Amino acid sequence: MAQKDAKVQDLSQESVMFMKRYSAFAVAREAARYHSGWERAWRSPMPKKSYDVIIVGAGGHGLATAYYLGKNHGITNVAVIEKGWLGGGNTGRNTTIIRSNYLQDPSAAIFEKARSLYETMSQDLNYNVMFSPRGVMMLAQTQSEIRGYLRTAQANALQGVKTEFITPARVKELCPIIELSGPRYPVLGALWQERGGTARHDAVAWGYARACSDMGMDIIQQCEVTGVDQADGQVTGVKTTKGDIACKKLGVVVAGHSGVLADMAGFRLPVESIALQALVSEPIKPCMDVVIMANTVHGYLSQSDKGEMVIGGGTDGFNNYTQRGSFHHAEETVRALVETFPMLSRLKMLRQWGGIVDMTGDRSPILSSTPLGGCFINCGWGTGGFKSIPGSGWGMAELMAKGSSPLTDAFGLNRFAEGRFIDESVAAGVAH
Amino acid sequence: MLILDCPYCGTSADETELSPGGEAHIKRYGPGSSDTDFEGYLFGRENPKGVHFERWRHANGCGKWFHAARCTMTLEVFGTYAAQTFEPPQEIKDKISAKRPGWSWRDFS
Ligand SMILES: Cc1cc2nc3c(=O)[nH]c(=O)nc-3n(C[C@H](O)[C@H](O)[C@H](O)COP(=O)(O)OP(=O)(O)OC[C@H]3O[C@@H](n4cnc5c(N)ncnc54)[C@H](O)[C@@H]3O)c2cc1C
Ligand SMILES: [Zn+2]
Repeated sequence: MAQKDAKVQDLSQESVMFMKRYSAFAVAREAARYHSGWERAWRSPMPKKSYDVIIVGAGGHGLATAYYLGKNHGITNVAVIEKGWLGGGNTGRNTTIIRSNYLQDPSAAIFEKARSLYETMSQDLNYNVMFSPRGVMMLAQTQSEIRGYLRTAQANALQGVKTEFITPARVKELCPIIELSGPRYPVLGALWQERGGTARHDAVAWGYARACSDMGMDIIQQCEVTGVDQADGQVTGVKTTKGDIACKKLGVVVAGHSGVLADMAGFRLPVESIALQALVSEPIKPCMDVVIMANTVHGYLSQSDKGEMVIGGGTDGFNNYTQRGSFHHAEETVRALVETFPMLSRLKMLRQWGGIVDMTGDRSPILSSTPLGGCFINCGWGTGGFKSIPGSGWGMAELMAKGSSPLTDAFGLNRFAEGRFIDESVAAGVAH
Repeated sequence: MLILDCPYCGTSADETELSPGGEAHIKRYGPGSSDTDFEGYLFGRENPKGVHFERWRHANGCGKWFHAARCTMTLEVFGTYAAQTFEPPQEIKDKISAKRPGWSWRDFS
């Protein structure tokens, strides 16, 4: 066993030095030799005794934080510790909607930073994340939604985020399968962000993991953090199922498990963990090339590259760590969407699953230092944090390296004590 | 589907009949309290992975508020009890102790 491990270690060291780039040439070369030469995308080392920085949670946000610590701040003595498999949390369970049409300035800044980084992510990471800026449309189906979205469109104009409020006729032009006339909720218009879209969720996690590993960082999977060590109010390391590991700084990026980690570190969070679910239909021919969100009836829809209709709905109303949602929510979502997209009624649903999302009171995330010195937290992305992964990683890395970042300063934990909320209940009141 | 027995009308009510009311036994702080206490009351939550106490309303039934003791990790229900109490009844605490020895939640155990 020990020998086997040593061998794995050796192989992994080798690949640090000779990480091959993906290219058209590489595909052709591998095609010619029966794809025998592809190497592992990242190493799977055993943990070292200590690191400068430990990130707990290898979801998109944790991996992006590690990546930008290395890329922007030259900090590469980093471990990312994951209790399951990387990308297996919400990152690999989400419906991948990417947009930045939020109301408040701090949100627009971090979400638009993220969206713009998605535009070049495949090139930056040398990994195809299949970013597809196909356009995102948020339907207005009540008068108050019209007012809300007109306000958002104007806020976006001031923030330099390109969105527009469009007419029902334009909605129909962009999405022919939509039923505009109701019966319960007619389509009265929509907030349209042309450069919003989707990306391949796993690829985002895998691409960052590969790039982190390439910089010499250790991604340690199947290793659960079970305790946070501290001395004199400073973090000194973590206890894990693979032993104690020391660190100078700790980044907690565990979404639904933030409360559990905060408990280990000795503080409380204004966060509740609840289940959000999604489902996909059988694959069908291309019928919809935009993303549509219908917040009044609680449903959103896009078509995957495989042809499946990807559907997301509302959250449960109670605390839950089981990664499965209540059946009646899936039922409500489908019922609502069938009303707006009658052709869906003939589709069979193939799979349904849930993720545990971390909800804050103002529906905005927390990127912050904590009462424990050297310990930082990135959480509260709730139902909408896939779209923000690169921006969040960028800001979190700067926060951890320098103690402050223009992207994250407004999202500190202290905003709850100070009553300085970043209210995004219009933009994020429904799952997305 | 989550099923809770309403301690008032006795109905075994499924989730669609109930509306969730969040964490139970929260101590309210008002004017004159410290900022930390007030913040804790408004926003601080236990959010435990395991034993939890919550408020629920039998909304599409008798309309009354009540308490439930539940496990957020397995969705197991330990019991429900009346709303007019600051603490879960001993009988429910004993039930939890039988199934989750050594449990604790805020000051209860
Ligand atoms: C059904 C669904 C649909 C969604 N749709 C969208 C959408 O369309 N658009 C959008 O922008 N967002 C969406 N989201 C939200 C988005 O998925 C999340 O906000 C985002 O993925 C969070 O990423 P993360 O890296 O913070 O968390 P995660 O990806 O959950 O990663 C956290 C990791 O921490 C690990 N971890 C936890 N505890 C420990 C421990 N003790 N030790 C070690 N590791 C630990 C977990 O195993 C997990 O892998 C959706 C979410 C769900 C559930
Ligand atoms: Zn009742």
